[in-house]
Order: sequence, then structure tokens, then C-alpha cells
Amino acid sequence: MNLHQHDPHQHDHGSELSEMQLRVRALETVLTEKGYVDPKALDFIIDAFETKIGPHIGARVVAKAWADPDFKRRLIADATAAIGDLGLDARATHLIAVENTPRLHNMVVCTLCSCYPWDMLGLPPVWYKSAPYRSRAVMDPRGVLADFGVSLPADTEIRVWDSTAETRYLVVPMRPASADDWSEERLASLVTRDSMIGTGLARAPGGSP
Amino acid sequence: MNGVHDMGGMHGFGKVEAEPDEPVFHASWEGRVFAMNRAIGYLGLWSIDVGRFSRETLPPPVYLGSSYYKKWILGLENLCVQFGLLGKPVKRVLTAVDAPKTLARGSFDRPPPTPAKFEPGDRVRTRNINPPGHTRLPRYARGHSGVVECVRGCHVFPDAVANGKGEDPHWLYTVVFDGRELWGEAADPTVKVSIEAWEPYLEAA
Repeated sequence: MNLHQHDPHQHDHGSELSEMQLRVRALETVLTEKGYVDPKALDFIIDAFETKIGPHIGARVVAKAWADPDFKRRLIADATAAIGDLGLDARATHLIAVENTPRLHNMVVCTLCSCYPWDMLGLPPVWYKSAPYRSRAVMDPRGVLADFGVSLPADTEIRVWDSTAETRYLVVPMRPASADDWSEERLASLVTRDSMIGTGLARAPGGSP
Repeated sequence: MNGVHDMGGMHGFGKVEAEPDEPVFHASWEGRVFAMNRAIGYLGLWSIDVGRFSRETLPPPVYLGSSYYKKWILGLENLCVQFGLLGKPVKRVLTAVDAPKTLARGSFDRPPPTPAKFEPGDRVRTRNINPPGHTRLPRYARGHSGVVECVRGCHVFPDAVANGKGEDPHWLYTVVFDGRELWGEAADPTVKVSIEAWEPYLEAA
């Protein structure tokens, strides 16, 4: 029994891949015949999550919050309403935005499963759903940050949000210094997925990606 | 249930390892599994917490030894049997025309049957419950005192809906705990952890 976490490379071995392909195809075939799914609808959903819904949406929201203090206030007060006003396709249902400051760093986890702000970030990476992250984020967040190469001052308060309900959390990372006169579009390029989960910081202008 | 899915505070799983340039799906079958769950979920045959419970009740070695989407297909297979989807054909198929509707999450907020019992600033203690069915109160946060930080509305109660007892909406709160309250005096004093807790999980402290 392999008790290790999901290893993305295990699919290269072929045996699980073909077994899983057959197994999934069998269920899709039956459910299609019975009338519960339409393969074309599945194609649409896959395409949406592969090509349209992703962290670029959250990055736009964060960049706007950096550039527009009034929007940031409204985002922190009611993220669902503030994002609704932007006219994006995204509907950020039950979304809560939390802001990092020099004194406070926020980090989001779902210890029980994999709850994640899909509307803003798309589907979560494997590590977010993995046992190492889910087990340690609530007990040893500084250790987790170290795994990501992030070290915060010893007196920074760390707040971990365990997503145990249908509310979803978006971290608004700190705006990097020296990007003062940047447009929203350029600012968005500094906003990484991990910085919106709280396991990373925003990119420094001119820094490595 | 006190299952292996309830991982907060466990030791021994090792470092968090991020995969650079990770694809959304690592194999085409993962996308099919995800989309099937999304499409069938939209039909409203079962709630999201029933789906979660189908994965939580996988045998522990299977849960720990399976990749994420493998857990999803195993859970979905069980639900299809449990809800009789492999029996008579139906005409309720979700077509490609309707597929965009599956992208938006539904709302879980419901009209409150009673006024909220707690308000921000109230000291509360989480109950020490160990139900065999589905619950969203993690083990590490049971029997601890914390502070209500925010009232989030009145939401569908997972402990009821996943166990066949209807939506039974209850007030939902963000409750924040000091890290030392959860993990002991030796814990990092700069850490605070919050959960979202439904009112039945809480008592006044």
C-alpha cells in the first residue's frame, strides 16, 4: 500500500493511468446512457477550468485593491458585493477578502478537504489538497512558509483561516514597495497565486518570477 | 466522523512540496472526474456535504493512498449506487447549453429561524462532539475557547444535510483561537487560527 501523498509523477508509470482511464470512462459511459451527464457539457466545464478560470482573476481584484483605496475598503467589507460591481464574469459567492499588513500575515487552508476560492483562483494545486499542507498549516504555519521559502519577522502575527464552511478566503498580499506609479494591469503581474493563499508574497518589481 | 480526512495537527506527512508550473489536471481522466462531479452536483440530487461524506467514508488506507481525483471517482461511484443512478434512465441531462450554469456556486445562506445567539467579541467554547456522521468541526478545534470575530449569516448545516436531516440552517460564525489554546503553551505565540463554526458547535464561555 502506497501511503505517500499524491505524486504527480506516478501517472508516468502507466498502470494507474490506464486503470483510472478505464474506470472513469466506464462511469461516464453509464451516466451518459442513463441521462445524467452529457459529454459535451463535461468538455465545456473542463475547458472553463483549464483556460478561463484561474488566478489571473484574483490578481486583477488584488491589483485594483492596491490601486484604489475605496475599492479596497469595499472589498474588505464585503468581497462578494465589491467584486460583483466590477462586472467580471466571476461571481464570488460567500467570498471574504483578508488583508496582509506589516503586522499581520494571513494564510488559508482547508484541513478537512480542499475548499478554495475557485471563483478567484481556479482549482487548487495538488499541494493545497495534500496531507502535509492540511496537517501542518494550522499548527506550524511558519514551518509551512519555510517550505515555500518565505520567512516573516518573528513578531508578525500569523492568522490561519481554516475553510470549514462555504465561505471562501482571498488573501490581499502587501503591495510591493517601488511599484507606486504602476497601472493596475502591471500591478496584477506581481500578484502570484500563492500570495493570494498566503503561502507566498507578491513579486518584487523587476524580481525573479 | 473522526476520520483520516480531518488532518489538522497531525504529524508525519512531511514537507509541503509545490510542483512548478503545475497543470490544472495531470491526466485527462482527472478533468472528466471533476466535470462529472460538477455536472451531477448541479442537478441537486445530493448536497455538497453528501459528496464530502462519500470521500470521508472511504476506508482510511484508500483515502490516504489515493490521489485527489481518485478519491473523487471512488466517492462518486458510491453515490451513484447509493442514489440509484445506475438504474432507470432519466431525462434530466445537463446539456452543453446549460453547462455555463454549473460554473457559479450556489448560495448556502438561508433565512434565519431564530436570532443569532452570539455577536462579535463574545467568548465561546467549542463543544466536544464526536459524531459518527459528517461534521465540519475539526477535531483539533473541539473543546477549546475562542472569540467570535464575525457573524457570517445563517447557513445550511452540514451535520444535518449530509445525514439526511434536511438543510436545518444555523448561524455561522468565524471563531478565532490563540495558537497556544489549541496546541499548548509551547506553541508559537504569534499564531491565531480561526474556523467557521455553526451555532450548534458552540456554547457561551
